[in-house]
Amino acid sequence: MNIVIPIKQVPETSNVKMDEKTGTMVREGVESIINPLDLYAIEAGIQLKDRFGGTVTVISMGPPNAEKAIREAIAMGCDGGVLVSGREFAGSDTWATAYALSESIKKIGAFDLILCGERATDGDTGQVGPGIASFLDVSLATYVSRIVETDEKEIVVERLIEDGYETLAMRLPALVTVVKEISYPRLPTLRGKQKARKTAVPVWAAAEIGIDAAKLGLNGSPTRVVKIEMPKVTRGGKIVPAPDEESAVRAVDGLVDFLKSKDFI
Amino acid sequence: MTYAGVWTIAEARDGALRQVSFELLTRGRKLADKRNTTLSSVVLASGISDETVRELIKRGADRVYVVDDPALAHFTAETFSNVLVKLIDTYAPEIIIAAATTSGRTLMPHVSMRTHAGLTADCTDLDIEEGTGNLLQTRPAIGGNILATIKTPEFRPQMSTVRPRSTKPAPVDASRTGEIVRLPFDPALRDGRVRRIGFKANEGEEVDIQSADVVVSGGKGLKKAENFALIRELAEKLGGSIGASRDAVDRAWIGYPHQVGLSGKTVTPKLYVAAGISGAIQHLAGMKTAETIVAINSDPDAQIFRVADYGIVGDLFEVLPLLNERLSREVGSK
Repeated sequence: MNIVIPIKQVPETSNVKMDEKTGTMVREGVESIINPLDLYAIEAGIQLKDRFGGTVTVISMGPPNAEKAIREAIAMGCDGGVLVSGREFAGSDTWATAYALSESIKKIGAFDLILCGERATDGDTGQVGPGIASFLDVSLATYVSRIVETDEKEIVVERLIEDGYETLAMRLPALVTVVKEISYPRLPTLRGKQKARKTAVPVWAAAEIGIDAAKLGLNGSPTRVVKIEMPKVTRGGKIVPAPDEESAVRAVDGLVDFLKSKDFI
Repeated sequence: MTYAGVWTIAEARDGALRQVSFELLTRGRKLADKRNTTLSSVVLASGISDETVRELIKRGADRVYVVDDPALAHFTAETFSNVLVKLIDTYAPEIIIAAATTSGRTLMPHVSMRTHAGLTADCTDLDIEEGTGNLLQTRPAIGGNILATIKTPEFRPQMSTVRPRSTKPAPVDASRTGEIVRLPFDPALRDGRVRRIGFKANEGEEVDIQSADVVVSGGKGLKKAENFALIRELAEKLGGSIGASRDAVDRAWIGYPHQVGLSGKTVTPKLYVAAGISGAIQHLAGMKTAETIVAINSDPDAQIFRVADYGIVGDLFEVLPLLNERLSREVGSK
């Protein structure tokens, strides 16, 4: 089974710092990591390869240093990766990104399955995975929590929806976006890291992929960001200490009054 | 092509409309009035009556397009996308709003790629820009650390998904009239590549935390699975659903569908209660847009208190039983 996994390099979110004046993220000193939700896709892909053979190829669109994310994926057990990078891609929204990645995946060659994280933790859109399926015209399932079985023609998956889990039988090739429940990501091994260092990661610009530059970057992107605001994080709410039973009773009384004032009781 | 009119994509299941369909009308009506145009709802379903879809008209739609076929009984991306793309090609709406549900968040990107439309995910606010008439879409990003306003100046349609419960359902006005347009399902649009072969409904407690008005969540501070009983009791008393932090889910105290946060679900309830949750940024990303937040934690420095409207610094094993008892009396005395 040949698997392709689009991944994204994102800033580590546990210590996001925002520039209060510009409303942009402070990138200095912030570590870049593989989008944490992509790790579940990578793990699911490696497990399928371990069972059925084939290859796992990661692909990422981003700046030159996104190569690091690809090498990390290889260190976890992926076979290889491709970096899609160049000025012509800058400013791409989800339309242009899905277009560029789908054309790049065509160039990688025949595949059976594309696995994606549910969304990236920076942009938070979750639109690129379904978008790639749309461009490539392959079967699509999102929010997949379990791969039930698979053969050469079909994959059966469980999908987490609002009122339960539905089981879908999908003809291959297919694209599946996964949620955390699907796997527990492994850590890179020492041997994996050595392999990652030795593996060549080709960098493709638009010319190599042979795609229409008019459909990339800002030119190809229907959407424009017109304003960035920072919502206030601290609400300055009422914080009541309750170190003993007496004060706990008072605090609970206060909370009940508060909930009443908001019509929750 | 001239694009005109505002559309909402209604959601139906088993012949009934879901509440989010009416929330979309609140958004849609405002935009249609500002654009001085008509509001239409699109219903893709199986076995849905005129009487049922008329509720969309009573709640603000001027027209309802219904495509009714067994192939549309359950959501599959390919067939729904084929039908919606065909409708867009035929009627050319200017704005399309769908719900940020598991189906809306799948259907809309699939369609937007095919129509080269601008699509903005998970919007919390929609408006019309004065002068240009463009749709202004506001959405949180980077784990809720920023609010970005986005527009689509040159491409049409302009499309958004909006979070369930981020607005009230449009009220019923029995005097409203409108047109129901039933369109035949073109069998050529049926895509058989994905088949739904099974379904396992959530059993017992409500886990659709994204459409709950009240979410009561427990975290590591509960110490063990059995103590979730305190959370369940409080949720029941407040009429809410049960959420959990990643710590609680990773310890298998409760199932993954309950997880709130970056690797779980994003919720925007009217009331969010966090008990025994420290408030790691990954958790805050999933709940800080809640209207009102209550936190109970023994650590006064816990991050959760920064986003709380009311916080109690104390032992949850003392506070929660007291609170549950008080609420029993309150409800009893009503």
